[in-house]
Amino acid sequence: MIHSLFIINHGGDVFLEKHWKSVIHRSVCDYFFDAQSRADDPVDVPPVITTPHHYLISVYRAGLYFVSVCTSEMMPLFVIEFLHRVVDTFKDYFGDCTESLIKEHYVLSNVPWRRSAVKYTNNEAYFDVVEEVDAIIDRSGSTVFAEIQGYIDCSVKLSGMPDLTMTFINPRLFDDFSFHPCVRFKRWESERLLSFIPPDGSFRLMSYHIGTQSVVAVPLYVRHNISFKTGPGTGRLDLTVGPKQTMGRTVENVLLEINMPKQVLNCMLTPSQGRVTFDPVSRLLSWTVGRVEQSKLPNLRGSLSLQTGAPPPDANPAINLQFTISQLAVSGVKVNRLDMYGEKYKPFKGVKYITRAGRFQVRT
Amino acid sequence: MATSVGAAGFGADVRSGMAAGGGGGGGDIEYGNEATPAGFFSADFKRHDDLKQMLDSSKDNLKLEAMKRIIGMVAKGRDASDLFPAVVKNVVSKNIEVKKLVYTYLVRYAEEKQDLALLSISTFQRALKDPNQLIRANALRVLSSIRVPVIVPIMMLAINDSVVDMSPYVRKTAAHAIPKLYSLDPDQKEELVTVIEKLLADRTTLVVGSAVMAFEEVCPERIDLVHKNFRKLCNVLVDIEEWGQVIIINMLTHYARTQFIDPNLQDGPGDQPERPFYDDSESESESEGSDAEGQKRKPYVMDQDHALLLRSTKPLLQSRNAAVVMGVAQLYHHLAPRSEVSLVTKAMIRLLRSHREVQSVVLTCIASMTTQRKGMFDPYLKSFFVRSCDSSHIKILKLEILTNLATESSISIVLREFQTYIASHDKTFVAATIQAIGRCASNIADVTDTCLQGLVALLSNRDESVVAESVVVIKKLLQTQPGEHKEIIRHMARLVDHIKIPMARASILWLIGEYCDRIPRIAPDVLRKMAKTFINEEDIVKLQIVNLASKLCLTNPEQTELLAQYVYSLARYDPSYDLRDRVRLMRHLVFPADGPNSRLGKYARRIFMATKPAPRLESSFKDRDQFQLGSLSHYINARATGYRELASFPAEAPDPTVRNSVVPLPERPPEPALQPTRQRGFYSDSSSEDESEDSDSDSSSSGSGESSGESSSGESSSSEDAAPARNKARARAPPPTRGVSALRPPQASSSDSDEEDSDEEGSTSGSGSGSDSGSESDGSASSAAAPAAPPPAAPAPAGGGGGNSVDLLLELDSVPAPLGTELLTPSLGGLLSPVAASGAAPATAKADTIELVSAQFVPSEYRELVNPITGSGLQVRYRYTRAPHLYSAAMTSVELSFTNTTQQEMTDIHVGQKTLTAGLTLHEFAPVSLLAPGGTVGSTLGVDFRDSTHAARFDIVTGGSRTVPVSLAAPMGEILRPVTMSDDLFQRRRAQLRGMNEAGGSVTPACCPTPSDVRKLVLAAVNVAALSSDTGDNERQLRFAGQTMSSGTLVLITVGLPAADAGDGAAVTVTVNCEKMVVGNMLLKELKTQLLR
Repeated sequence: MIHSLFIINHGGDVFLEKHWKSVIHRSVCDYFFDAQSRADDPVDVPPVITTPHHYLISVYRAGLYFVSVCTSEMMPLFVIEFLHRVVDTFKDYFGDCTESLIKEHYVLSNVPWRRSAVKYTNNEAYFDVVEEVDAIIDRSGSTVFAEIQGYIDCSVKLSGMPDLTMTFINPRLFDDFSFHPCVRFKRWESERLLSFIPPDGSFRLMSYHIGTQSVVAVPLYVRHNISFKTGPGTGRLDLTVGPKQTMGRTVENVLLEINMPKQVLNCMLTPSQGRVTFDPVSRLLSWTVGRVEQSKLPNLRGSLSLQTGAPPPDANPAINLQFTISQLAVSGVKVNRLDMYGEKYKPFKGVKYITRAGRFQVRT
Repeated sequence: MATSVGAAGFGADVRSGMAAGGGGGGGDIEYGNEATPAGFFSADFKRHDDLKQMLDSSKDNLKLEAMKRIIGMVAKGRDASDLFPAVVKNVVSKNIEVKKLVYTYLVRYAEEKQDLALLSISTFQRALKDPNQLIRANALRVLSSIRVPVIVPIMMLAINDSVVDMSPYVRKTAAHAIPKLYSLDPDQKEELVTVIEKLLADRTTLVVGSAVMAFEEVCPERIDLVHKNFRKLCNVLVDIEEWGQVIIINMLTHYARTQFIDPNLQDGPGDQPERPFYDDSESESESEGSDAEGQKRKPYVMDQDHALLLRSTKPLLQSRNAAVVMGVAQLYHHLAPRSEVSLVTKAMIRLLRSHREVQSVVLTCIASMTTQRKGMFDPYLKSFFVRSCDSSHIKILKLEILTNLATESSISIVLREFQTYIASHDKTFVAATIQAIGRCASNIADVTDTCLQGLVALLSNRDESVVAESVVVIKKLLQTQPGEHKEIIRHMARLVDHIKIPMARASILWLIGEYCDRIPRIAPDVLRKMAKTFINEEDIVKLQIVNLASKLCLTNPEQTELLAQYVYSLARYDPSYDLRDRVRLMRHLVFPADGPNSRLGKYARRIFMATKPAPRLESSFKDRDQFQLGSLSHYINARATGYRELASFPAEAPDPTVRNSVVPLPERPPEPALQPTRQRGFYSDSSSEDESEDSDSDSSSSGSGESSGESSSGESSSSEDAAPARNKARARAPPPTRGVSALRPPQASSSDSDEEDSDEEGSTSGSGSGSDSGSESDGSASSAAAPAAPPPAAPAPAGGGGGNSVDLLLELDSVPAPLGTELLTPSLGGLLSPVAASGAAPATAKADTIELVSAQFVPSEYRELVNPITGSGLQVRYRYTRAPHLYSAAMTSVELSFTNTTQQEMTDIHVGQKTLTAGLTLHEFAPVSLLAPGGTVGSTLGVDFRDSTHAARFDIVTGGSRTVPVSLAAPMGEILRPVTMSDDLFQRRRAQLRGMNEAGGSVTPACCPTPSDVRKLVLAAVNVAALSSDTGDNERQLRFAGQTMSSGTLVLITVGLPAADAGDGAAVTVTVNCEKMVVGNMLLKELKTQLLR
């Protein structure tokens, strides 16, 4: 089991430690720092590090490393899941998980799932159906891979002990799903409906997955022409974003990010709309496009200045895309109805749909 | 501190154990105002005095304040032990908040201040008798966390009392206390085991998880304790909190491996029951399972309890907790019949969407599973495609899995992916990809040659590490390949001059030595060069030089004996003793002291030139399955401290009656739907009857099919307007309907039919690579005015097969420009090489080579093959991709695009009857299984036109019945492929093709065209390569070269332009030289038409 936990900030300070058994000196973290220095990127630190006497299992969230120390065999996922849950809990409480917040609130109290006599003046239950499109688009524009990862996040403020039932118009869309422990799995299996007594407050009721077997609509396309070849030491970039299968909705909050290869020193680009920034240190080019209209396709073009003398990059960088489409669940999932039993009052119910990009990558 | 969560890892809720838990100050904002957070952490030791004062004061709020600060110091890792006396006094405090913090402090420092800690013990003893269950539990928790050996008897007593406590919460705490006491004093084991036995029998779900936890920590070998509780555990599993589930699943896995017999025993060879668990491929065993095997032994009937275990863990695959899902996955992997293991696939794939660390563990497990269970993850191949934002080790794991999953049918998709990865910036990843290609090549015979050619092309990569890795992999591949591959070896021999990475040099030298008979002329020369550089080489290279010298000396003594002697002498005085030893041994073998007829000398040749067993390229995850899936040991691939081996299944099942409980448990027989005993309240199922108001009979049984065993017949749905949706039954690919908000009425989903969302098929069938490169060169042909391609790959035989395979593996533009030497031979590097190089292109083009290059222009517009009217709604359009067809280089590849213009789905579109005139061959496009209304799907057809304009006639069949006859004839320009050669060679070849072989003519365009216009026009009509390097407009003569697809006959085109000042109406002359007169004449005709545009 977890022996000790150290929380380490970006600067490499152990700012919090906790021991469940005997105290393990924080010098054990040196092994972790070793591994950290070998990794180019925080995410490249291996999640499990073997040291002569201990095993260090760590997660990296919100710029902090949560390093747990174990002394013997155990399921690594157990620890990893636990650590992530700790962070999630923190985020639930404080909306964020930062060093100062943790320091401020290192003492926490226990909150049960649902207190016995909850009372609200406004009884409300809100459900957000969030779908994230994961896709890999190849350079010719064809979809190599596309899936939908969906969540139903709830914010339930209902008095007493409400027993809710949610049904879907098309529950068979779900390829795979996981539930909050409050969901009665038997009823889902037999009737394909979600029956549950909700925890008080915000929680994730269900996650689902609509996989490669289904045809997933890809809402945006990117026409790209990036070349590092023309002329000595300069390159060209020309991107156009346009709506593809948006089902009549507007695509908003569009953001394109490109991690430029190290030869790129600077970018001189003009967007037809939105804002462009290039960070010469991380070499991240990001173009905040905003809303994409069919009538006037956003375009970004200009030149890239490359390091002179160095050979141009072998390949073009991939484009990571973000967007949001509100009032649309791209898979077509739709909540049919929500019923409440066990309480007399009439709750206010609301369902909101939103589609956004998950891990959406365009290869160029 | 809050020991409940951490120590046991699964306290009732994570929330209770956050960070430093225990206190009541959650969200204590007032406090935050009073002192800045940094106050806790500032290093101010003098303040300890006022802390002491505060603790001594009579006011609770001051005490609380002081305790908070102290705990802050503890959390920061600062030493606060000097406050121990002051703090421990407060253990009697009435204030619950203060008390909690004092407890937290005690647990931390009691070990260091044992004597003082004892002062507090009596307080805990008193608290253990408190009427409040929380106080009792808390006292027990702290008492058991104080690691002071003197109090062991007191702890034992407290645990014994608490185990029979009325409150389940206290019993749970008692269970948590057991491992702590055990670690403090292992001698107490016996007594603890009896306590554990009592706890295991506990009926409360709250306690069971912790009880099993204690069992696992203290006495996992006491399987006998589990028997009576087995069925209960299975039945309550769903209701136990998630962390407890993980522990129980793991325990039950171990248990089941000792109690049940192997469910797959019958499938296997059967003779030796001891054989390792899953050691043969699934297909093999399945086919064997059905035959005589079954009769020999008693037919296998799964133990009811075994089935119960599998059944009761299955719902947990839907848990939100990754550890639970993984637990079930490993249970199925280790215990389930082969056919059922795939139930866990989807859930595991789902975990891949989780955090990076989770991905890493799950991918490791999948990588290990795929070495034995290919089929299971096959449908999810694409989920393992690498994204550029994945972290390095995730990329490597995915690559491993892709390689394991690659089969004859999926290899083209996999290779296409690999091709993209080779261009990655992450060089370790590129190296791993090359290794992966090597493994695919050796595992799948179909693609060996293709991969080999591709790897050879990589030898001209600009990045040396890529080249080095390719060398190493090619070396391994050549060893596994009996073929000649003289060209490749020769090519690699040349690389020695440039490549600096020792491993690669060593590999090349070994190859030359091993196959010196195939390159008898080059090998001695390489040795000569190596002898010169010997002293500056790395040890590993030196060893191979010595090897090379020995082998050559044995096979070709006339030329190399002196060289070998020289090398031996150098090695004799080498600093490396290894090398000195080696050379001493070799000298005696190769130059025996007693003449060439000595004993050793006679056998030297056989010793050195023995056929060596080829290295096996296999997954590094192959032997991981010795560890339990999902365990720490499995992840780190080494035995971790405390790892328990998973027992092999017993040959004979132990007595199953031991699991019959004395007290009948509230468990229903397993046949009808099994309802675990549930607690009232949250999990109550009983309300379901009255909830479903109007239950209309829903015929579609149990949605996911897997659960058919459990789903009872009487399904009901309480939805009123869901009926239309039901018609869709289980079709997994409904057209994307309009997403609708619940607040709005649904809109019709027919209007905007989505185009081009399902063009995956096109890309998988390999045409993708064609269209890919097509669009690429499309762009560049217009911007960079097509410089003559640099000299192409030497190893690509001019015949054509080589060009094809190189294309398959390598993105045409992913091979960068040459290093600037003639020896390194970029294959199709042409188009995107820097302009700077273009001036030098004619010079670098080797004098006498004709090399294939990629198309310089690819038409993007589609032409119609079947219009929607004749095709009864099916529209087929086509275009020439001008990329080599995967099936044969002699084939013209035609990209087809099928569009369904009707409102109905179209199914099974494929090629029907073919009527082909003599010689024509046609490679059918991949059948389109389903085409949604309005949908468009791409596919690729390959036709070998035999250098003729004969049409290929065939039928396109839809839906199994409707046939549409089509006829496809390619214009002459499309049955060529572009080649480049030096100007000099062009002139010489052209001189050879005079007379009958020359077709000439002239056209008079309306206005005087510029050379670049003409070049564009020619390239658009004819798939050839422009040769002249001058991109300016002054060139008056344009040269193009190509060869016919099928026979590889050279086609040379010369276009003469009128002088710039000639004005309108001047004639443009076109000359086509080709051995095949028909081809020449027809091309001329086509060109003339084109130039008139």
